[in-house]
Amino acid sequence: MMNVVFVIAYLVLAPFIGGLLDGVDRIISARMQRRKGPGLLQPFYDLGKLFSKEMIAVNNVQLLLNLSYLVILMIAGSMLFAGADLLMVLFILSTADMFLIMAASSDSSPYANMGASREMLQMMAYEPLTLLVAVGFYLTTGSFHVGDIIREPVSAVAWMPGLLVGFMFTTAIKFRKSPFDLSTSHHAHQEMVKGITTEMSGTTLAIMNIAEYYEMVLLFGIFFLFFVNSTWWSWIVAFVICGVIFFLETLWDNVSARVKWKTLLYSCWSVTLVAGGVNILILMLVK
Amino acid sequence: MWIIPFLIGIPVLLAVIFPFMKNEKSRGYLVYAGAGIVMLTTVLFIVSWITSGTLPWTLYTSTEFVDHLMVAGDIFLMCLIVYMGIKYGRLLPIVLSVAQTILMLYTEFTTEVKEAPHMMVDWFTILMCIIIAFIGGFICIYTVGYMKGYHAHHRDVQDRQPFFFSMLFLFLGAMFGLVLSQSLIWMYFFWEITSVISFLMIGYTRSDEAVNNSFCALWMNLLGGCGFAVAIAWMANVDGTVQLLDVLNVGGEFPLICLALAGLTKSAQLPFSTWLLGAMVAPTPSSALLHSATMVKAGVYLLIRISPAFEGNLTGIIVSSIGGFTFIAASMMAIAQNDGKKVLAFSTISNLGLIVGCAGIGVEETVWAAVFLMIFHSVSKSMLFQSVGATENTLGSRDIEDMHGLIIRVPKLAYIMGIGIAGMYLAPFGMLISKWVALKAFVDSGNFVLVLFIAYGSATTMFYWTKWLAKLLCYHIPRETVKDVTRKDEYVSMFFHAAVMLLLCLFLPLVAIWVVNPIVRELFGNSTDVLSMSVLTTMAIMLVSIFIVPVVMFFISRRSHRELVPIYMNGINEGDNRYFTNSYGGKEHLYLSNWYLRFEFGRRHLRIPSIILASAVLIVGFCIVIGGAI
Repeated sequence: MMNVVFVIAYLVLAPFIGGLLDGVDRIISARMQRRKGPGLLQPFYDLGKLFSKEMIAVNNVQLLLNLSYLVILMIAGSMLFAGADLLMVLFILSTADMFLIMAASSDSSPYANMGASREMLQMMAYEPLTLLVAVGFYLTTGSFHVGDIIREPVSAVAWMPGLLVGFMFTTAIKFRKSPFDLSTSHHAHQEMVKGITTEMSGTTLAIMNIAEYYEMVLLFGIFFLFFVNSTWWSWIVAFVICGVIFFLETLWDNVSARVKWKTLLYSCWSVTLVAGGVNILILMLVK
Repeated sequence: MWIIPFLIGIPVLLAVIFPFMKNEKSRGYLVYAGAGIVMLTTVLFIVSWITSGTLPWTLYTSTEFVDHLMVAGDIFLMCLIVYMGIKYGRLLPIVLSVAQTILMLYTEFTTEVKEAPHMMVDWFTILMCIIIAFIGGFICIYTVGYMKGYHAHHRDVQDRQPFFFSMLFLFLGAMFGLVLSQSLIWMYFFWEITSVISFLMIGYTRSDEAVNNSFCALWMNLLGGCGFAVAIAWMANVDGTVQLLDVLNVGGEFPLICLALAGLTKSAQLPFSTWLLGAMVAPTPSSALLHSATMVKAGVYLLIRISPAFEGNLTGIIVSSIGGFTFIAASMMAIAQNDGKKVLAFSTISNLGLIVGCAGIGVEETVWAAVFLMIFHSVSKSMLFQSVGATENTLGSRDIEDMHGLIIRVPKLAYIMGIGIAGMYLAPFGMLISKWVALKAFVDSGNFVLVLFIAYGSATTMFYWTKWLAKLLCYHIPRETVKDVTRKDEYVSMFFHAAVMLLLCLFLPLVAIWVVNPIVRELFGNSTDVLSMSVLTTMAIMLVSIFIVPVVMFFISRRSHRELVPIYMNGINEGDNRYFTNSYGGKEHLYLSNWYLRFEFGRRHLRIPSIILASAVLIVGFCIVIGGAI
């Protein structure tokens, strides 16, 4: 029963939470840059405007692929909040991303294609660590199931601090934060224009944005898993720490410049090996 | 059991007939009929086995006459290799072949082994027979149409089709023999036949490159054959038996590692993967056959058969490490390739690496995953090779760069290729479930390095498949229209494979209960299921839902009205999406290339170090095992 409530809450609330987080992110960033910034609800106004726009597109399949991206992300997120298998959630998450890549490269647009190629590279960079995180949870709690993980007496983070650090490092890719915003960014005046979203407009772009909100909430769900245990107060702690992580990602976004793809790939893989790999090795030896 | 001689005999008989069939049309009909009969015989065989209670059959205890025939066969193969070696001036294959044949003959005539069944039928054999008969059979059907197109393109290559078809069917016959054999001596005989046939098939064009590559394949596989022969000699002399099952029970590590060497060479694991890459100089059907239904599957078949003995010993660690390492190294090298067939070859090596890694761990879960991977790999790889071959005949190129927008130019082939690629790594398909099980089992077995290999390897695998898939689906108005020259029989075969792929995905839980679970149960002799039915069903439902999403979205998005506009090219578009204005004010054609990371993941950088590393592991392992045995 609880699972159903969680899933429905996720499906209904995730876009709002994501939008609010986006709004908060823009305000914090503005303050860091000594600007006033937009209001908290600006992302929702943006979405409203995107939906009201005339439908123009570069081809007939982009909308379909973006919708698939959205729905498959929703499936992945629902599985996570229903307490299903974490590894499967991650696999489905990468399948969803595949649809975004296909959407971007479905037309022969040079900038969108460049964005798509970079998106693939980013996937290659973060994928090993996400798999290791799932393995870490399995070693710590003896199950891949989210439902079992949250019922442990001790928070998983006690056993997997390295994996947490690695996950924070690589989720900057997923959040499309600088220095890892290679495939697209919020600003269209750069060398790759808007990367994967260059050819998306109106409803198509709005769908992509909503999907990103779902993804954001899903990722915070995984961060949550690191801290939650069978006690009720751990949920509050987890909320607070997720807020801190969100702030750190924003901070990092503002203080760093975009890196080249090689730096991205090698740094992510090294962090995966050092923070994630060593953590897994210790877990394997101890558990 | 009366049917087994027919199972092996019919393809062999056809192989004898084909060299005399010079008329193209009647030969084509004979191939269709032959493939049909092979499939029918297999169905009859399976039905008769299932109706008799699905218990393992052990057959043919005293077979003196056939044994003598096989001795003659071994000597004939050796003479053939010696002749070819002398003709092309290669010494190494001659030495290896003579050494192992003499060892075999000496063993057979000097040692007395106890009488035991020579053949056995169980679930695993049945699965292999299905793969050989149906995938192999449809590849033969595909070949009829393909070879016409091939020789229309390659006028410089001498037309030796009768020989080619003869080899295809002989290969199927030898594979049937191999998977049915329980006696190592019989298995060795069929093993050698497959090595020699693949050598002859790779050398089909007789160009310098083909000859070099075919000899490379020959010596590597003969080296594995030597391992096989040594294992037989040891088993016969020390334990007085040449039964495959006895290797598991009483063999000890030395014969085990020798057989593992044979399995590793045949399944093209590092350091022996060069031969499979070279094998693509031959016409595509031979690659399809080598990669999916035969040859490399013989290697993993042997390894899976002996996998229960790998658990917890040094040989197992060596085999699984080499497999895991091959998985990641080959997938990295695949990134830097733009030749479609080369990518497929690397991906075969990489995927077999995962299977071998699973077999090397040798517990129920990993073997479950290995068998699953093998089924999916056979279907998808056969389909991919066929579609790449057909594309090559149509476009005149198998470069992935030239497949830009194939979905517009040759939609049918692009769909088939897309399903094949998706089957290799995407979520709705079973490959992923096997990966899930494999990862879990690697963690359970406490093998840290393999966990890392699979984590990084699946990331690199994803990269090279995705960029290929994206290339296919690019919407691009073609510069010139191409005429699809793919023939009907080729499409029949490819559609069959695509349908099987989708059905396998839909009926995944049933495949697990009816086919894979019984195999694991027989190999390990207990009755626990690796994945419970409820887990499988929920997975299948999830996966199918993912499969349905794009279809539903297709109908939803069709209802929206939209205006099509040109793509963004800095405002210098030249009318349609193909041209832009260059800095001289002229019209420039847009060209988009994939990303190959040649300087980071190129074969030139990775090949030699990975071969050295894998050889070192293998040699050190051999030294330790030999030291322990003596």
